[in-house]
Amino acid sequence: MTAADGGRGVAADPRTAALTFAGVGLRYPGGTRALDGIDLSVAPGEFVSVVGPSGCGKSSLLRIAAGLQAPTAGTVTGRGESVGYVFQDATLLPWRSVRANVELFGELRGLGREERRKRAAEALDLVGLADVAGHRPRTLSGGMRMRVSLARSLTLRPGLFLLDEPFGTLDEITRERLDDDLLALFAARRFAALFVTHSVLEAVYLSSRVVVLSPGPGRVVGEFDVPFDYPRPAGLRFDPEAARLAALVSACMRGAAAP
Amino acid sequence: MRRALGELLTARGRRAARWLPPLAVLVCAVGVWYAVSLLVLDPDRRFLFPPPHAVVRVGFLDGDNRAELLEGLRRSAEVASLGLAVAVGAGVLLAVAMSQARWVERSLFPYLVVLQTTPVLALVPLFGFWFGFGFGTRVLVCALIALFPVVAGTLFGLRSVAAAQHDLFTLHGAGRVVRLWKLQLPAALPSVFTGLRISAGLSVVGAIVSDFFFRQGEPGIGVLIDRYQSRLQSEQLLAAVILSSLFGLAVFWFFGALARRVVGGWHESAREPGAW
Repeated sequence: MTAADGGRGVAADPRTAALTFAGVGLRYPGGTRALDGIDLSVAPGEFVSVVGPSGCGKSSLLRIAAGLQAPTAGTVTGRGESVGYVFQDATLLPWRSVRANVELFGELRGLGREERRKRAAEALDLVGLADVAGHRPRTLSGGMRMRVSLARSLTLRPGLFLLDEPFGTLDEITRERLDDDLLALFAARRFAALFVTHSVLEAVYLSSRVVVLSPGPGRVVGEFDVPFDYPRPAGLRFDPEAARLAALVSACMRGAAAP
Repeated sequence: MRRALGELLTARGRRAARWLPPLAVLVCAVGVWYAVSLLVLDPDRRFLFPPPHAVVRVGFLDGDNRAELLEGLRRSAEVASLGLAVAVGAGVLLAVAMSQARWVERSLFPYLVVLQTTPVLALVPLFGFWFGFGFGTRVLVCALIALFPVVAGTLFGLRSVAAAQHDLFTLHGAGRVVRLWKLQLPAALPSVFTGLRISAGLSVVGAIVSDFFFRQGEPGIGVLIDRYQSRLQSEQLLAAVILSSLFGLAVFWFFGALARRVVGGWHESAREPGAW
């Protein structure tokens, strides 16, 4: 059922993978190492979560994947033009309406107005926010803003989604609801996803594979296949088998953190 | 129906709560004015501080005097608004240039601080020698006085964009111009308006006070104040001071309302109680 292989496992074939890290390391100018020898692949249509303690370089891994930061060692391949990046904060532009926010990426990528409008309407429909398209972000709840942020990334129809603890600041109920929304989007669009979280339960509930990073410098210390099919029932959160798997992932994390 | 009435009353209550305190202060101030003028001052010294009704009668109700005052105010307002426009144009351009390259900021900012700390009014005689004492020099003095808050406000706003929002634009290949136009400038607007309101006040003060130094050309309200003072025309002098203050207040309100209109829908700063 699970494969805690001690790390270094590369599940997807790097030639066809949506994203591949090969020996990726990151060292800050001061000499601090954030990441060390990361080998990791995400196959098309695969949902991979990365868990690890604070400061293990999870967010840096995503920034490197997105090309926002260059690794100091190793290579990253496979990220194409269409990468959706969802930040911890919704990062909406407060002066724009919800619709104009969702159209932003299309605008930056030079899509025509009609096409932008169409894609924004589609994406807002998909996240259930078509009726607040004309509102300003400040009138929305935190969960709704995050949905707008998801919709904004969907407009580019990305083959790869990078999500950096997107629901970390939300209350539990909203967070669960957004996890379900994300799963529904995943079922509809079947993108590849690399999802960073500090919640083991969330990682198990969402992903087809969970990768555990050690405390900084982050190394892959465990990979766990999650054997549940999509679409996933909400009841999976309370499934004993899922709980057992979460316990294993947790133990792996704690083991890596032990001195 | 009852609810609507309740809402109406609350709305009235809110408006009253906003206007009553400053109105009460005004009534007290007029009371003190009367007391000093009529009770404290000797009748033969009363011309130094005439009572409010005398100021209104001589300064505002007398047609000739009123026309003179309003004409002076119009000239000062022209100088102030043109000076402010130049300050805003130059200030925003300078701030944008500084935000694009650190070396530009490092090169220019010390001189802007020098400009801010130098009493520009003291330079008026020099400007007069160089450029004459006409309209253009007055506008230049006004613009120099009003420049710094616009630059400082705009630069602060341009620099205060969240790193994640910059990342967002980087991720989608946005160049300098697109980033400036679609992200930095809109994000900077609230700070631009904060600077603008300070500059607007300075430009009015600059236009009026620089008149004292020019003493030539067509008289603005500052020249009139100077003239009334030398002729001991206290009623007109006080009327001119009141009119100048009212003008300053109107400018402050105007920019407050403009800020509310432009950024009030999305930014808290334009909705603060003091923000009118």
